[in-house]
Amino acid sequence: MSEASTETLSVVVDREMPFPPEKIWRALTRPHLIEEWLMKNDFKPVVDHEFTFRGDWGSVDCQVMEVEPNKTLSYSWGAMGLGSVVTWTLTPTRAGTQLRMEQVGFRPDQQQAYRGATAGWPRFFAAMEQVLARME
Amino acid sequence: MTPDPHDILFRSLADPTRRAIFERLCREGEQTVGALTARSGVSQPAVSKHLGVLKRAGLVRDRHEGRQTHYGAQLGALAALIDWTSQMAGFWQNRFDNLEDLLRRMDQ
Repeated sequence: MSEASTETLSVVVDREMPFPPEKIWRALTRPHLIEEWLMKNDFKPVVDHEFTFRGDWGSVDCQVMEVEPNKTLSYSWGAMGLGSVVTWTLTPTRAGTQLRMEQVGFRPDQQQAYRGATAGWPRFFAAMEQVLARME
Repeated sequence: MTPDPHDILFRSLADPTRRAIFERLCREGEQTVGALTARSGVSQPAVSKHLGVLKRAGLVRDRHEGRQTHYGAQLGALAALIDWTSQMAGFWQNRFDNLEDLLRRMDQ
């Protein structure tokens, strides 16, 4: 259990794609394209814009936090009582683009979502890991 | 992505005071409400209320001994947090596949 909890509340998917960053950026930021691979949405690539993803199982409340065309996109992701931040990073490679998605959980009582991501939950998990390590 | 058990667990641990109580029970082992109140900075009824929420989430178990009730952390309940990561990882892997399919179909 202690081994698994090291990774808790941080999810990373990193994949090289044989397409230029500009094309991937379009798929990440145009609502009708986002809908094709992720979920129905009312996304706009504008900082502070609040939007919703709607899936079969429910909806996700989001707010745009960072937009740097063809490079970085991040938005808060609130679902199941847990807030988190999803950050997309696009890095050009010889064969296309290294696309990285990182989702980091943070405490839902934090209004300043992004700052919250660096304070509450990670500290809690660090404390839990120490406890769990001692139990082994 | 089933909402209920996660929702209860996350909400229970969302409150910093409650999380601090849970952390203390993890670190220091079983304690009574009185002992927890003495160092928590909140009133005994408030501590009892927090313990009730933690208990409903399965994070804390109580044990009666004479007139005293001892509260202890149930670390197994944290498994749902670990599930969250693996569920989300599966979710995003799947979406990456969809995205790659879409990119193949898109015009330059």
